[in-house]
Amino acid sequence: MLSIKNLQAKIEEKPILNGINLRVNAGEVHAIMGPNGSGKSTLASVLAGREEYEVTGGEVTFNGKNLLEFEPDERAAEGIFLAFQYPVEIPGVSTINFMKTALNKVREYRGEPTLDAVAFLQLMKEKMKLVEIDQSLLSRSLNEGFSGGEKKRNEIFQMAMLEPKLAILDETDSGLDIDALRIVANGVNKLRNKNNATIVVTHYQRLLDYIVPDFVHVLYKGRIVKSGGKELAKELEAKGYDWIKNEIATV
Amino acid sequence: MSTTTTLYLNGKIANLFEQSGITNQQRKEAFAAFQKIGLPANKSEEYRFTPITRVLEKNFDFNSIGNSSSINSIEPFFIPNVDANLIVFINGIFSSTFSKIISKELEIKSLQSAIDSGEAIPYFQKYLLNSADAFTALNSTLWSDGIFIHVPTKTKVEKPVFILHVNEAGQNQSISHTRLLAVLEEESELTLIEKSVSNGTNNIFHTFAEEIVVKENASFDYIKIQNDEGKLHQVANTLIHQSNRSKLNTFTLTLNGSLIRNNFNIAIDGEHCESHFYGLYLLNGNTLADNHTVVDHIKPNSHSNELYKGVMDGNSKGVFNGKIYVRPQAQKTNAFQSNRNILLTDSSSINTKPQLEIWADDVKCSHGCTSGQLDEEAMFYLRSRGIPQQQAKAMLLYAFALETLEPIKNTELKKHLESLISQRLNQLQ
Repeated sequence: MLSIKNLQAKIEEKPILNGINLRVNAGEVHAIMGPNGSGKSTLASVLAGREEYEVTGGEVTFNGKNLLEFEPDERAAEGIFLAFQYPVEIPGVSTINFMKTALNKVREYRGEPTLDAVAFLQLMKEKMKLVEIDQSLLSRSLNEGFSGGEKKRNEIFQMAMLEPKLAILDETDSGLDIDALRIVANGVNKLRNKNNATIVVTHYQRLLDYIVPDFVHVLYKGRIVKSGGKELAKELEAKGYDWIKNEIATV
Repeated sequence: MSTTTTLYLNGKIANLFEQSGITNQQRKEAFAAFQKIGLPANKSEEYRFTPITRVLEKNFDFNSIGNSSSINSIEPFFIPNVDANLIVFINGIFSSTFSKIISKELEIKSLQSAIDSGEAIPYFQKYLLNSADAFTALNSTLWSDGIFIHVPTKTKVEKPVFILHVNEAGQNQSISHTRLLAVLEEESELTLIEKSVSNGTNNIFHTFAEEIVVKENASFDYIKIQNDEGKLHQVANTLIHQSNRSKLNTFTLTLNGSLIRNNFNIAIDGEHCESHFYGLYLLNGNTLADNHTVVDHIKPNSHSNELYKGVMDGNSKGVFNGKIYVRPQAQKTNAFQSNRNILLTDSSSINTKPQLEIWADDVKCSHGCTSGQLDEEAMFYLRSRGIPQQQAKAMLLYAFALETLEPIKNTELKKHLESLISQRLNQLQ
């Protein structure tokens, strides 16, 4: 589904990604871990098409297409979804209105018929249950005055509505208490199937107790320096990132 | 050089005055005031960013009035589903054919007849002074027609009054000067909508002088829609005078026009007044829109809230100047002002200037102005969900603009304004 080869990217002349290689197949969950500043969030942003980052080398193909050629909205329509670490507050735009526009644009792009108000509301109600989010929250301005947990739940709600092929969760656990974490993780798990894939970007192992990865990759200084199964996350939790740093230093 | 050309146009207008054979004393005095002020020169502080004199010289022939009219229907200019008392001016002349008054409780007549009968005398040119602005003085000298609206005591007028200025410029240029005098007696209520439209592609110059007196416990809502797609050059001088416990809501929407200058003044000459003073300008092409506003707190214990927002696209220019005066006796005044702007292109511009002069010491006043680009982070968020750039932009700008519609209570009117705003935003590239 996703193939990243020797990906390099910089922001304002500062190189952040220094040659990432990664393959993600349908049905898989990959966790990307790493210390602060290792490039985890940059990787998520580059895949979603954030314009501040300049790709300086390498390639990314998504279902056989060159992902880097697409605009952010086209990437979404192709099936990429980024759950933001810090979802943006947008006063004056309700989540419902926003989601209706987004969903219909994506459906148009995919050549599917757009949904009328009734069909949209029906779908919305169905997905709301999945992520345990209240309709009153969705009638309000997008993320405005939401708690950390509400914002993250709203991200997963949007993901449920758009049904992406590849979901990238950027530090979705940050700022969540354990109950909120469980709700968010449950939502993600319910959305998993054999046709889609998930990349979980996280600093801590905690989230991976709930969203169990098939593969764990450790990112350090813009490269994947270690890959393994879910036990690698436990090992990292026990030994800390210094273990990786020291291991790199001795090579 | 600018001085000589300014003098040149001042001279033209003087000729026009002499040829008109005006004998009326008030008009003569107004002309004297005009001559004293003169049209704004290049360096004029009040018109620093709005070179109106140069524009008038370049685009108009002041030797001839040249107005002609061939308007058959004004229905396209109506506001859908808003049943209103209709007052129509065509090239500055009241049209009894097109005007229609449906609210029996309302007293409406021509301004000249209200002056002749004496009704208008206590208010006419009392608060809006000729000495304050050259175009007020010019209008007071040359006004061709005007309307007098009187809302009797304790009368709540359900249906709005809709003043429509139709500028017919199909054959020739159009130059006109009109006036409004509205008096809301104690405990009365009125909603006024004012709109300028045009026909044809010749240049239009229109001055409008408005005096509105809002007495004790009266409530006045005023909506101005400036959406003329013709070559309108308009200077509107408005003064609203408020007495004790009166309420005021204003909203000025500017979408089109060649050059629009609004000198909008609110005199809060009473205690426990509430004034909401809102505006929105969404500009494109080469439109220049200049909002000069004044809130004058004369008495204590009143509250004013001013919010003007702007979005400039293409080569458009926005100007905002907001003066707030709090006089020495106006203690316990609350006065807030905010002006926020978004520039969409490198060739558009905004000049914004708040000016607060506070002489009282026990007051709460704040002001702020911002200008910047669209929030990139918000844009990316919307686009990352599949919304294309153009639509994401329109969505964010709509949300930005919508706050300015808060004072509007009439739901049909609000719907109309919302649709005007979204139409404009959907035209963005």
